[in-house]
Amino acid sequence: MNNLDQLLKDAAAAFAAATDINALEQVKAKFLGKSGSVTELLKGLAKLDPEARKEAGALINRCKKGVEDFLEARREALRTAQLEAQLAAEALDVTLPGRGMGTGGLHPVVRTQERFETLFRSIGFEVAEGPEIEEDWFNFTALNTPDNHPARSMHDTFYIEGAKDVLLRTHTSPVQIRAMKAHVARYANAESMPELRIIAPGRVYRVDSDATHSPMFHQVEGLWVGEDISFAGLKGVIVDFLQRFFETDEMQVRFRPSFFPFTEPSAEIDFAFMSGPNKGRWLEIAGCGMVHPNVLKHGGIDAQRYTGFAFGMGLDRLTMLRYGVNDLRLFFENDQRFLAQFQD
Amino acid sequence: MQFSESWLRAMCNPPLASEELCHLLTMAGLEVEEVESVAPPFTGVVVAQIVSFEKHPNADKLKVCRVDAGQGELLQIVCGAPNVVVGMKAPCALVGAKLPEFQIKPAKLRGVESFGMMCAADELGISQDHAGLMVLPEDAPVGTNLREYLQLDDQKITIKLTPNRADCLSLTGIARELAALTGAPAEFVEPLNTPAVHEHKRQIALDAPEACPRYCGRIITGVNAKAPTPDWMRQRLERCGVRSISAIVDITNYAMLELGQPLHAFDNDTLQGAIHVRWPKSGEKITLLNGQEVEPAANMLLIADEARPLALAGVMGGEGSGVTDETQNVFIESAFFQPDAIVGRARVLGFSSDASHRYERGVDFALAPRAMARATQLIIDLCGGEAGPVVDVVATEQLPSRHSVDFRPARARKVLGFEISDEAMQTSLQRLGMQVDAVGGVMRVTPPSYRFDIEIEEDLIEEVARVYGYDNIQPLPPKGPAKMLASTETLRPVHRLRRQIAARDYQEVISYAFVDEAWERDFAANADPIKLANPIASQMGVMRSSLLGGLVGALATNVRRRASRVRLFEVGRCFAKTQAENAVRGYAQPMRVAALAWGYAAVEQWGQAARRVDFYDIKRDVEVLLGEQASFQRATHSALHPGRCAQILLEGKVVGYMGELHPALVQKYDLTTAPVVFELELDAALISKVPQYQEISRQQSVSRDLALVVQSTVSAQQVLETLTCAGGQNVRAIEIFDVYTGKGIDPDQKSIALRVSLQHSDRTLEEAEIENSMQTLVAAAQTNLGARLRG
Repeated sequence: MNNLDQLLKDAAAAFAAATDINALEQVKAKFLGKSGSVTELLKGLAKLDPEARKEAGALINRCKKGVEDFLEARREALRTAQLEAQLAAEALDVTLPGRGMGTGGLHPVVRTQERFETLFRSIGFEVAEGPEIEEDWFNFTALNTPDNHPARSMHDTFYIEGAKDVLLRTHTSPVQIRAMKAHVARYANAESMPELRIIAPGRVYRVDSDATHSPMFHQVEGLWVGEDISFAGLKGVIVDFLQRFFETDEMQVRFRPSFFPFTEPSAEIDFAFMSGPNKGRWLEIAGCGMVHPNVLKHGGIDAQRYTGFAFGMGLDRLTMLRYGVNDLRLFFENDQRFLAQFQD
Repeated sequence: MQFSESWLRAMCNPPLASEELCHLLTMAGLEVEEVESVAPPFTGVVVAQIVSFEKHPNADKLKVCRVDAGQGELLQIVCGAPNVVVGMKAPCALVGAKLPEFQIKPAKLRGVESFGMMCAADELGISQDHAGLMVLPEDAPVGTNLREYLQLDDQKITIKLTPNRADCLSLTGIARELAALTGAPAEFVEPLNTPAVHEHKRQIALDAPEACPRYCGRIITGVNAKAPTPDWMRQRLERCGVRSISAIVDITNYAMLELGQPLHAFDNDTLQGAIHVRWPKSGEKITLLNGQEVEPAANMLLIADEARPLALAGVMGGEGSGVTDETQNVFIESAFFQPDAIVGRARVLGFSSDASHRYERGVDFALAPRAMARATQLIIDLCGGEAGPVVDVVATEQLPSRHSVDFRPARARKVLGFEISDEAMQTSLQRLGMQVDAVGGVMRVTPPSYRFDIEIEEDLIEEVARVYGYDNIQPLPPKGPAKMLASTETLRPVHRLRRQIAARDYQEVISYAFVDEAWERDFAANADPIKLANPIASQMGVMRSSLLGGLVGALATNVRRRASRVRLFEVGRCFAKTQAENAVRGYAQPMRVAALAWGYAAVEQWGQAARRVDFYDIKRDVEVLLGEQASFQRATHSALHPGRCAQILLEGKVVGYMGELHPALVQKYDLTTAPVVFELELDAALISKVPQYQEISRQQSVSRDLALVVQSTVSAQQVLETLTCAGGQNVRAIEIFDVYTGKGIDPDQKSIALRVSLQHSDRTLEEAEIENSMQTLVAAAQTNLGARLRG
């Protein structure tokens, strides 16, 4: 049976020599095809007597199985090699940048405005709006500003040509009056008026333009009117807000007596970080106070039954402090290289 | 208001370090803005006298002095100053002295020993003066520590006062406040009345008592106007930021700083007849002390004599009537002017004065005679002279008066939100000079004449809080009903819209609402914009009626800065004249959202052909924002390419427009290629549909393609509407997947390829039904659009 061993050796060598699946299939025919050598050996069995046929048949079949095993092993090896070659060929430079659409972003001041709204909404403040071309009455008179107050002069306030007492609002405070009047009207027929909690962010205008002033800038007004609103509560809200906005409790907040026609008592709010580049510096951040009874009256609210607090903050200034922006004018130059730094 | 700390402490000296004192003032609402030491720290410097000197043997410019520095024996000191004379007094830094720049040791100067240093003012950091030794007064006591002698351990403190606290525009006022806050005793100047020694006087006529209800005048004869201002006064004035001019002027300034009452000194010999406080006559002119010639406006109160106007009352004196060195007889004015009669006048004229600053805010109306007494006393002490009688004319009815204000302690506690006893509040108010009478449970509080800001209960509540200390108020979490806020789904929050736009690769900008008039013409065809009466610059002269100008402006800025791809958006108010009733005085102020895209469609990249952004890219953005309800119609807009412009409709109503910028504007604004823009009413852009679930069909959907050839003028929308209308319920969707012109199609025609999706709601469609539907579509296209099937 040496020839069977030789046959097995030949088959192994022939399969190994085949370098791809097609070649292998052709080589297979030489051994297992219709006239392949294994097939020929099986055909030869017919000539043997039954005893010998049984013995030889077993040997030949074992040999055939051996050839088939070699073939399958080689097939598998070739398939693996082929897949590996394909995968290698398909490899990408994963360090090339992705492509397609980019992303934009919100203006940094709007980003601050959104955070402001989120924080105040979380304690029940609604966002209110008001016109930017405003009447003198809402902007000044209703806010208890005396007739001869310097802020009313054309030196400080933009007026609309050809219209008497129509101006660009100089602060967001007139929204207080509009909100109070609307609130009172809404509950005119109700048994009692629910309390009023609003914030009013928006653009305001003043005749002022230099390195630290823009003729248009952003404020946010806050107002809470109810039957149990106190100055200590105002302090609580402001401290809470500043700590949440700047995401640190490492902060000192102080109220300093001040003067505004529309609040009494009034305070200026300063705060100081206890670490970081501004550590220990008192930074002015807002004006606030208890709503002046005349203002409540102009809003249609009974100043004996209700009290309220109000505050006004500069959104631009909050943004500058939050993101380390050192020049207010950058907010209004609309340079993409600046704005793109604030994408989330 | 700038003042000297030592002057303040001479009136009220609480046991507080300078820093604590400043903090206390700040926290009481008298914000300390700046603190500057009068002199830098130094030690070992005393008053010394040059007893004799001789020329230095080895140096021409040096002198060897023998100096009495009160050390028991004379010191030999080498000195190079040019102004050395025997007998002069000057500061001497003794051996061991520490000066701002260096320390004094025994030294040999060109071979001669020197034990100390005679000092110039700059060497001590007191001033920039280096002309020679700092000359000290003849009576300066030798050996005295210079810091003590010149009171150099003093600071110049500047406080920023709120307009309601005019009562603190004097040393007396600040000391009063300090005493109230700390409980420390205060000693105020109580000038003695100088009795008249002659009868010279001027009649005073209050012709405008509503503006000037009180005027005190007094003649002092025989003064020496050339008398020197004593050093102590000059020093205090300078430390309050007031330059010394001449003794009489200095005295009026000193009394004003001390008491808060502006005073004016006239040269009595330049005046004619009675003094009138009156409104100007038309055509009158006056030249002010600052050289400015003004024709006073009708609301500018004048001080006049019988011949001419002399001064702008409460603002500034005039030329030709003020005191000079030659003046022998002075007429002193100490008056009360109503704040309303003074406020804004100086500002209109372009300046501010110490007098107007005080009168505008309110000067104590009871103070005039006291200030007159003080000024008289100082003039007679320093300049000699003899006082005449004080003519004090008062229009009592017009003079302010102080009414009592009812103060309810319980209400104060409620408003403030902390516990404080009735007694503590009463003490606070009394310390502030208020008269407090208890009437039932209410305190009846009468403010002093120097407080113009106590009118209602809340003003008193603030005073209580101020004395208690804002810092001592514990912040409280406020209490209120926990009621949920609305969160609408039919209107998306504007910030969500912003984020959606940003996610589509647009950067938000904020542009000025006032723009160049040319922008309104170019971008909004607005020939009649809303104008500002007082714009800050002509290119910010009118209110925008469109956001487009700002976006193109921002684009131009970025293009100038070499940007190659710019995508911007803005959400903001626009302004237009309107007849609508709900608008503010005829000005509509709708919120809009607008965007602009310019340059390449994609971010700079390596993997696909670069392509410029076009109309359809931006249209997709609009479609995504508005949803499928939006429709587009060809339209014209003055700022846009006439063939590449659409108006945008929601439910049949025009809510905005989009398109490519007009080539003429592209050129005018140096843009090289056209940006594509859209602008929408914000309200429309916020509309959002609450999703309503539709059953998903389990039946198989089939699709068939259809190519129709139509005239080029037929719009895609016409095709889609026609087919959708004809399609019947089995036709579920029709999409355009190709538009072809060119070979095989007539030049005035185009081929539109459509994919039609068909589906039955509850069973599989049969081939015949599909075929039937498709034929219906083709027939409708033929009939309504003149279309034919592409062969």
